Amino acid sequence: MSLNRKYIPIVVTILLFIVMFTAGSFRYTGFFSLQVLMNLLIDNAFLLITAVGMSFVILSGGIDLSVGSVIALSTMVSAGLVQQQGWPPAVVIPLVLLMGAVFGTLMGAMIHYFAIQPFIVTLAGMFLARGLCYVISIDTITIDHSFYTAMAQTRIPLPGGSFLSISAVIALLAVAAAIFTAHYTRFGRNVYALGGNEQSSLLMGLPVARTKVLVYTLSGFCSALAGVVFTFYMLSGYGLHAVGFELDTIAAVVIGGTLLTGGVGYVLGTFFGVLIQGVIQTIISFEGTLSSWWTKIVIGLLLFIFILLQRVLSSRRLTVKE
Amino acid sequence: MSPFMKHHLFWPLCVLAALLLFNLCYSPDFFSITIHDGHLYGSLIDILNFGAPLILVAIGMTLVVATKGIDLSVGSIVAISGAIACLRISSGADQNSMGLILGSVLLAVLLSLVLGAWNGLLVSGAGIQPIIATLILMVAGRGIAQLITGGQIITVTSSNYAYIGSGSLAALPFSIFVVALVLMIALLLTRRTALGLFIESVGCNPAASSMSGIRAHWVILSVYVFCGVCAGIAGLLLSSNVSSADGNNAGLWYELDAILAVVIGGTSLNGGRFYLTGTVIGALIIQTLTTTIYMIGVPPEITLVVKAFVVLAVCLIQSDAFRAAIAARWKSRHYPAEKEMGRHVS
Amino acid sequence: MSTQMPILQMTGIHKRFPGVKALTDVKLRLYPGEVHALMGENGAGKSTLIKVLTGVYSIDEGLVEMDGTPVSIHSPQDSQAAGISTVYQEVNLCPNLSVAENIFIGREPRRFGCIQWKEMNLRAAELLTERMNLHIDVTLPLHSYSVAVQQLVAIARALNISAKVLILDEPTSSLDQNEVDQLFRIMRKLQQEGLSILFVTHFLDQMYEISDRVTILRGGELVGEYMAKELSRLDLVLKMIGKELHLLEELPVLAAEDQHSLGDELIRAEGLGRKGGIEPFDLSIRKGEVVGLAGLLGSGRTEAARLFFGADKPDFGQVTLPASGGGVHSPREAIGRRIAFCSENRKTEGIIGDLTVRENIILALQAKDGMFRTISRKRQEELAGEYIRMLNINPPSPDQLIKNLSGGNQQKVLLARWLLTEPQLFILDEPTRGIDIGAKAEIQKLVLTLSRQGMSFLFISSELEEVLRVSDRIAILRDRRKVKEISEKDMSQQQIMQAIAGG
Repeated sequence: MSLNRKYIPIVVTILLFIVMFTAGSFRYTGFFSLQVLMNLLIDNAFLLITAVGMSFVILSGGIDLSVGSVIALSTMVSAGLVQQQGWPPAVVIPLVLLMGAVFGTLMGAMIHYFAIQPFIVTLAGMFLARGLCYVISIDTITIDHSFYTAMAQTRIPLPGGSFLSISAVIALLAVAAAIFTAHYTRFGRNVYALGGNEQSSLLMGLPVARTKVLVYTLSGFCSALAGVVFTFYMLSGYGLHAVGFELDTIAAVVIGGTLLTGGVGYVLGTFFGVLIQGVIQTIISFEGTLSSWWTKIVIGLLLFIFILLQRVLSSRRLTVKE
Repeated sequence: MSPFMKHHLFWPLCVLAALLLFNLCYSPDFFSITIHDGHLYGSLIDILNFGAPLILVAIGMTLVVATKGIDLSVGSIVAISGAIACLRISSGADQNSMGLILGSVLLAVLLSLVLGAWNGLLVSGAGIQPIIATLILMVAGRGIAQLITGGQIITVTSSNYAYIGSGSLAALPFSIFVVALVLMIALLLTRRTALGLFIESVGCNPAASSMSGIRAHWVILSVYVFCGVCAGIAGLLLSSNVSSADGNNAGLWYELDAILAVVIGGTSLNGGRFYLTGTVIGALIIQTLTTTIYMIGVPPEITLVVKAFVVLAVCLIQSDAFRAAIAARWKSRHYPAEKEMGRHVS
Repeated sequence: MSTQMPILQMTGIHKRFPGVKALTDVKLRLYPGEVHALMGENGAGKSTLIKVLTGVYSIDEGLVEMDGTPVSIHSPQDSQAAGISTVYQEVNLCPNLSVAENIFIGREPRRFGCIQWKEMNLRAAELLTERMNLHIDVTLPLHSYSVAVQQLVAIARALNISAKVLILDEPTSSLDQNEVDQLFRIMRKLQQEGLSILFVTHFLDQMYEISDRVTILRGGELVGEYMAKELSRLDLVLKMIGKELHLLEELPVLAAEDQHSLGDELIRAEGLGRKGGIEPFDLSIRKGEVVGLAGLLGSGRTEAARLFFGADKPDFGQVTLPASGGGVHSPREAIGRRIAFCSENRKTEGIIGDLTVRENIILALQAKDGMFRTISRKRQEELAGEYIRMLNINPPSPDQLIKNLSGGNQQKVLLARWLLTEPQLFILDEPTRGIDIGAKAEIQKLVLTLSRQGMSFLFISSELEEVLRVSDRIAILRDRRKVKEISEKDMSQQQIMQAIAGG
């Protein structure tokens, strides 16, 4: 059996990551180490978590523009409650996660029941969450609660002298849980079915409404979790945190080989999509003379290549069908 | 409803009037316009002046939306256009030289045209969904703008360039004339030629349009080009107004504000009929809202919350499913599939 | 068989849509282990009946019984639970999922909430081999297989829901002969296993080959239920089309009493054909001639017309215009050569719903002229007014949105759109479908009048009477083949019906 065509984008993604990492290793001393690899996870933990939620949304054929704002709102609510109201983190963190999930559910319900485009509903969600941040405070709220600083500083040692942060572990767990959900639960398969053909899903008797709303719930939850992780990373709440983050997330998912029209893709691909973004940033920081905006240009270029690749693959698929 | 109320400008105008009325009550000198050095000053003039770039972008966006498309890259094009113009002027020997400024402006507009054409080709040529196709330039464009400015804010000291965005002509801000000119051109092109008809036709039913002999691909390409040019001119206004170009923040969120203005103006995101004057009023509403919020002393960022509710309200009003749900709340809830099918068929 | 209880019985089924009576007092009986064909032309109510049965539409009135017990069906899930499974015309599966998933999704084998892929793949492969004789890799995505295989997978999914009744909604429309044979083998196998199959089709040969009995609908009403063996092809066609033979005899043949002289050859199709659409055929049309295309639904009428207009790319042959020496490769080129085409899909390929009647009328002319040679508003209003009067468009307001007009008036607007471009050849695909008698007569009269003035027509209609009335010559299509061309004036209607029915 030749390589199943559905695996082409993800194989390209993984190869791309390996090539980039190898190229970096040859070019820069100190690049090829386990710690650089681990740092990719540590520095992109929140991106990874958000992208996991976004993968489900995009797989279902939708889009969620609100993720960056929900992250900011989560940091803001966490900081506000912990720092200003003195609530214990054990209460605040579940509350924030619940808030994200409810926020997503409401958007999902509007998308499904009023048949409004996901783009526009989540755009409103993005405005709303961002605006609510400023209702809490316009300024940065620094968090110095011992729990948060402990979470920020704890290093989990790994063999070979390298280490991971707690955030990175949370992100890895999220990826693992997402892979399981996507492939081994009915919900996951329904998401794929929904993205493949909504009308067929309906006629096959699948719970379309529930699945569609839940997808946004999941994305809201992931964004909130990413927001919590973000507070571990930044130790502050701020309304300008994660501005434009939805684009990075969508880019990670697309570079991970997921079809933006839905139905095709893997969470594992998203994982490598995030790592590719991380590698680009790492290479640019190692290069020293290159500036950070090259990241955006390269990511834009990769987006273009992947979108075109998918376009070619799917048009060939159509001709096969005929 | 009276025919007067049915007019597509009725609701947008009402909202605008209500906002202005609120301002009048809150601060009675809101409408006062003073003459100083032969220039008009006042809140209304400010709204027009600061709103000019948004109006321009929204005009371009209107035509794109009318073809059932969307252009997410306008904010990036705004940044790129301002950046390239400022870069060229700042590197010139005499920053006030008319030739240099005209050349730079032309270069910026040409570049925006090319970027618009890129979007248009991806959508009409490669057949990629508009939201996805323009996402590429939205991401990469920011990087390109920063590449041009070198990550810095490029400042120009050219009073002639500054005139575009902050000068006055006949006591009114020059930017108003730029907007008026572009609006006139758009109106002429769409209402005096058959282009408007073709755009609406393609947006409403592409298959039937092609069957009637309309070159749908060309129509789609041209609206993205036009939208790119509009964004480019907006970028010039914006950078000239502050005599500097900021690749990072110039035109940030413009795509969203522009889409909002289009939707408030009565053009549906599902394509078809478009209303340029409605869009202009929509953009003015957004600008007035921002000004109002500044004035009453609420942190300006709160505008976002208000915008969120405006977007939701407008979308709910436009949603057939929502209207049907309101109209027939009492109706039995059997046969979810029939409703579902209806939803998907439409 | 008659002593048995029907497994499924529908009685007195009524269904109304706003402004349309889709089903009126329809009955349907299905016995265990039979293949029962459901036939009818467009608008007969076949698909509405099936959607009612599968819970997609609600029933306004009527009773559905399974095994003698009334069941109420409110959703596709209810229908499945009652033992009714449906395979739709366009395969309603998810092409991105694997074959196995498509069979099992929603009912995947699970252990501790975790999908058992191995077991699922195994069971899927088993199911396909044992019941479908299909040996394929079930882990590949569905879209890697042909439509025929997808069709069988859909049936496998339906069977896996332990169905008692299987509905196949035009399953053969996109299959080739081998694939149809394969499908039929499986249908017979299933039939022997005691399954009842409701087979919706418009292919006569296939109906006779596989069905035991047939129910015929027309215009939302029941025509009757017959044993397939006892119903002649001619009778079947007459019942579908709704004409008694003796009434047909009274019709004027080929616009006979109103002969007119024809000009030179205008357009010619040579070996024109498209895979899966219509087999290569020749047809030429002369100036001022009305050529009718007669045949049942699915006989390739529309496909032939679309090839003439360049709306589809032909796989074989070409269209040429001898006088100008050019061909037709795209709608734009066709329009440039003064060919007009009124599609049968008025909604999707005809009207621009959100535009006004006036804009819809001038659209094709404006597109032909290009955007800069704008037709002035005044001229637009004159033209629109002129055609609204000439064609009796109601309401006579040019600024009404076309989507608010009735079907007949929409059709007239589309005719106006094309007449304005002064075509030499006007292709009309079902121009009178779903419109009232008055408008129908007006359109027929228009065709006759214009052809006398030198315009050529390619006229398609499922109503034979109408084709007979307007045409100078009739090409008859059957099962995607052109089988006969009739221009002899003394051709009897019975022979035409015979040609359509075939066999």
